[in-house]
Amino acid sequence: MPSLKDLKTRIESVKSTRKITKAMQMVAAAKLRRAQDAAEMARPYTERFNAVMGALAASVGDSDSAPKLLSGTGKDDVHLLVVMTAERGLCGGFNANIAKLAKQKATELKAKGKTVKILTVGKKGRDAMKRDFGSLFIGHIDLSDVKRIGYADAQGIAKDILGRFDAGEFDVATIFFAKFVNVVSQTPTAQQIIPAAFDAPEDGSAEATTLYDYEPDEEAILADLLPRGVATQIFAALLENGASEQGARMSAMDNATRNAGEMIDKLTIEFNRSRQAVITNELIEIISGAEAL
Amino acid sequence: MAETMQFDLVSPERSLMSAQVKSVQIPGADGDMTAMPNHAPLITTLRPGILTVETEKGTEEFVVTGGFAELGESLSVLAERALPKGDVDQATYEAMVDEAQAAYNQTKETFKNEPGPVDDAAKLLADMVAVGGHIGLSPKQPSL
Repeated sequence: MPSLKDLKTRIESVKSTRKITKAMQMVAAAKLRRAQDAAEMARPYTERFNAVMGALAASVGDSDSAPKLLSGTGKDDVHLLVVMTAERGLCGGFNANIAKLAKQKATELKAKGKTVKILTVGKKGRDAMKRDFGSLFIGHIDLSDVKRIGYADAQGIAKDILGRFDAGEFDVATIFFAKFVNVVSQTPTAQQIIPAAFDAPEDGSAEATTLYDYEPDEEAILADLLPRGVATQIFAALLENGASEQGARMSAMDNATRNAGEMIDKLTIEFNRSRQAVITNELIEIISGAEAL
Repeated sequence: MAETMQFDLVSPERSLMSAQVKSVQIPGADGDMTAMPNHAPLITTLRPGILTVETEKGTEEFVVTGGFAELGESLSVLAERALPKGDVDQATYEAMVDEAQAAYNQTKETFKNEPGPVDDAAKLLADMVAVGGHIGLSPKQPSL
């Protein structure tokens, strides 16, 4: 049975923990707003981009002259997994879920006899993957100094990946990130970026039948745009990830705050009970002392 | 009243302009062009330059650094980076030129005996430098 003093210190310490988690929750909520706005702002660009690329890719099709970024290298022996996670923890299952999906995929690919290479973006994913797949790491991109994700960051990552692709280091690249559904739910997602897979325009009727003039020619445009496409997809994924991270942290901290509250209630009851027990004990002592006289 | 069309200028980070416009001057990769309502459908890549938008209320100018334009019923310009002309000061401009210079230097390293990519990078750098003159900043001299 813990003494009164022990209980009191525990209550105090849980209270200060609650203050911290509460503050973190509020910070995450504010950041989430900003991250969501950023993701929202980027959406028109990504949507238009994919629509145009879809149309272009369809018109160039599978011809032999199609750029490698679109048609692939013709093999799928070496897979590059780009695992994008947060730089910080304390955000529930966010990092773990992405890492889990990536691990699953890596195991699957290895079972099929493919070579797997892993590029990590974000410290937490690196830590999570290190144990089982540390030998497959080929690089790491650190974003811990980045306050606000900008397009330039995505370009940097894209440049790294494209450089490796040009050097023939891999055939297929897949990015792993968490798609932001809402504050309480983020879905870990795998998306293939090389060779590029563009969704066909949804309202296919209007988009697909427009015959565009191309200046310069289609292939030159495609060659110019495909690397940008990689950067765009990475940028979109980074933003989704940013919003997801804050969402996950917010709900994790909300839970933590609530749990701390429950714990305080429990401890307070225990504290009151034992205080009462001490008082009763003292009374009994006094009374039995008086009776003995 | 002159005919107008829908115009959107978006960069990856935000949407800069969405309005009804009379005409837009686009710095296309193969030369400047002016897009007006009912233009034939066209897709072109951009070179670094000035994008001039003419609306009923007046003209607005943006500095764009590459990307592409899709011209159909409406015009969408998807710029890699776009800034209102007024927001570009000497420091921003010099940073952009430095970036192009770095890209050029790197290309020259990578493709020693292939003139194609090097020329492309040189042109990009030259375009970037020319932008400075257009917006009234002192052009930074590149080293080619």
